Amino acid sequence: MTLDLALFLLLALIAIASALGMLISRNTVYSALYLVLNFVTVAVFYLLLSAPFIAMVQITVYAGAIMVLFLFVIMLLGAEGLPKSEVLPWQKPLAIGLSVLLFAEAAYLLVTKSRPVGNVLPPAEAVNATENLQQLGIALFRDYLLPFEVVSILLLVAMVGAIVLTKKERKARQ
Amino acid sequence: MITDWTLWLEWFIKAAVLIFALLGGFAYLTYYERRALARMQTRVGPNRAGPFGLFQPIADAVKLIFKEELTPAKAYKFVFFLAPIITVVPSIVIAAVVPFGRSVNLFGREVNLYLANINVGVLYFMAIAAIAVYGIVLAGWASNSKYAMLGGLRSTAQMISYELSLGISLIPVILLGNSMSMVDIVEKQNGLWFVFLQPVGAVIFWIATLAEVNRAPFDMPEAEQELTAGYHAEYSGMKFALFFMAEYQKMIVICAVTAVFFFGGYLGPGVDRYPLLGPVYMFIKIFVLLFGMIWVRATWPRFRYDRLMTFGWKALVPLSLAIVFITATGILLAEQTNNPMWMWSIPVASVVAGLVPVVTIYQALRRLSYERA
Amino acid sequence: MSALEPAVELARGLWVTFKSMFEKPVTIQYPEEKREVRKRFRGRHELHRYENGLEKCIGCSLCAAACPADAIFVEASENTDEKRFSPGERYASTYEINMLRCIYCGYCEDACPTEAITLGDNYELSYYDRRSAIYTKDMLLDPVPATAMLTPQKTEEGVFTRSVPEMENPKD
Repeated sequence: MTLDLALFLLLALIAIASALGMLISRNTVYSALYLVLNFVTVAVFYLLLSAPFIAMVQITVYAGAIMVLFLFVIMLLGAEGLPKSEVLPWQKPLAIGLSVLLFAEAAYLLVTKSRPVGNVLPPAEAVNATENLQQLGIALFRDYLLPFEVVSILLLVAMVGAIVLTKKERKARQ
Repeated sequence: MITDWTLWLEWFIKAAVLIFALLGGFAYLTYYERRALARMQTRVGPNRAGPFGLFQPIADAVKLIFKEELTPAKAYKFVFFLAPIITVVPSIVIAAVVPFGRSVNLFGREVNLYLANINVGVLYFMAIAAIAVYGIVLAGWASNSKYAMLGGLRSTAQMISYELSLGISLIPVILLGNSMSMVDIVEKQNGLWFVFLQPVGAVIFWIATLAEVNRAPFDMPEAEQELTAGYHAEYSGMKFALFFMAEYQKMIVICAVTAVFFFGGYLGPGVDRYPLLGPVYMFIKIFVLLFGMIWVRATWPRFRYDRLMTFGWKALVPLSLAIVFITATGILLAEQTNNPMWMWSIPVASVVAGLVPVVTIYQALRRLSYERA
Repeated sequence: MSALEPAVELARGLWVTFKSMFEKPVTIQYPEEKREVRKRFRGRHELHRYENGLEKCIGCSLCAAACPADAIFVEASENTDEKRFSPGERYASTYEINMLRCIYCGYCEDACPTEAITLGDNYELSYYDRRSAIYTKDMLLDPVPATAMLTPQKTEEGVFTRSVPEMENPKD
């Protein structure tokens, strides 16, 4: 248990540090890399919580696909260096206000709604059983079928929209 | 507590053996490739260093170690240093989930001939393969050179595109094996390799992996003629060797994974009696599959970049989706009718589906040649 | 069937490379095994001798004048009957060719009035430094025929008065 705790603290430290690094870094590529590190750390958190499937999907989808696309765009546009001047003057105060609000909310929930640890955490063995994947599939395609399909249609719409926006009208051939 | 200690030791030894096998495999794969390529071009290949040129890899290594390492003045130093490491580590780490055999009795204790049998082995493979892209992208960017940058961008686009069909073409295997654990998948192939049940899936996986390791005919990112070696143009000495190493280790690992998914892994005649035959069968299968990669490199010219993308997105992705559907339907039919013969509808329907892109490509090529004429 | 052409053509390509694996390699294992050069190959220069051992070169420097790369350096000295190197009055006391400059054009061959210099078969010219790229007369000169004597020779008076020997066939 102590080993788990130590691991958790270490990972949390890395996660927070990488998140901060992403915000502070002036170079967008470094920011993206910090974010990748953050994603990977979160994936390790999932592993600690005995959810290897989510962990692997986190790495494959977020760290593997999405962030690579981010990097691709940053490099293609040559937008590594951020301009020094503030583009939006009201951005900083607003962000500070909103984050204070968020923290207050989280603190309130933590204080009022938190229960003993034993009740909240699912028994690790049950999740870690070999049927983990099958359970996930059944849950997705039986209990949450409608949301699943809705999400897939949403993604399809986004895809079609992207294609429509980028595709130039082909000139009629003579 | 003593068992704990020996378990750690076992893991350590297995990991060390695996890493050294990969390093040695990398060295001798370069030799194997050069000899095989040479024979295909009716040459002899390296035969000077040692008997049959067997010490050639050692000579190469010594040369690369003593070469001067340059860092371009305007490179992003830290990332430039980090990129080869990020490239090489995933290529070794993937091998952790590849089973090389069943458990054998060594020194009076049962030893499993694999490092880890995790129940999401297939996903692990996909995740690590996805991470491997970073090394190349960052190398291209950190070099701060146009050629390297273009090579990096090309490989990113290519790897993301082909990763999709790579992943989708693995779903039939997961369906047929009814598991994501590599050991289970191998055991399911006892008697019948999945390549017979899903030949089209094997071909798609093969093509996608070629693109994934930037091998010919998908070696656009490192096209010497147009990009002067692409993302590693600015690297020299041992850092370059790391990229080289990553590419060849990925070849080995991916051939091992292909063997596991489609060619029955460590299974073979007599492996039930003598489990130590498992690694031998694995070695033979990897060797043959690697020959396929070399053979393809010796034969086919490089893709043009737009056609590479078109092929990936318009031919491979739809086809792999189709074979997922076909496989699922076949399994469902076999289960519902309780007649395993329905399983044979999978390869038949898949081959028919596979013919569709072939014919489409043929027609597109015909149209192109008419337009030119 | 023609619709399958893309696949068939790819497979045919594979078959070609596979077949060639079993052909005999064309490689020549160079240091052990050397290929005969062509008849008119222009390799390292050779300075020739007459059958009696006298050098053909008379130190006229026409080769040096003809050389487009300015690779040849000749210094002539007087022959005497006591110390005779070549027929006629003069001989080349220094004859050097800088192999790094030479372009193996063969103009020296054409210019030579006594056919003393020809471009031979030797193509294995390599050196570790620039100085050793300069080939001197000793290195270029043919060995003495077994029946003859080394130069300088002591000769009878009035025998070797002509520098350029009479041609057997004037068309040459």
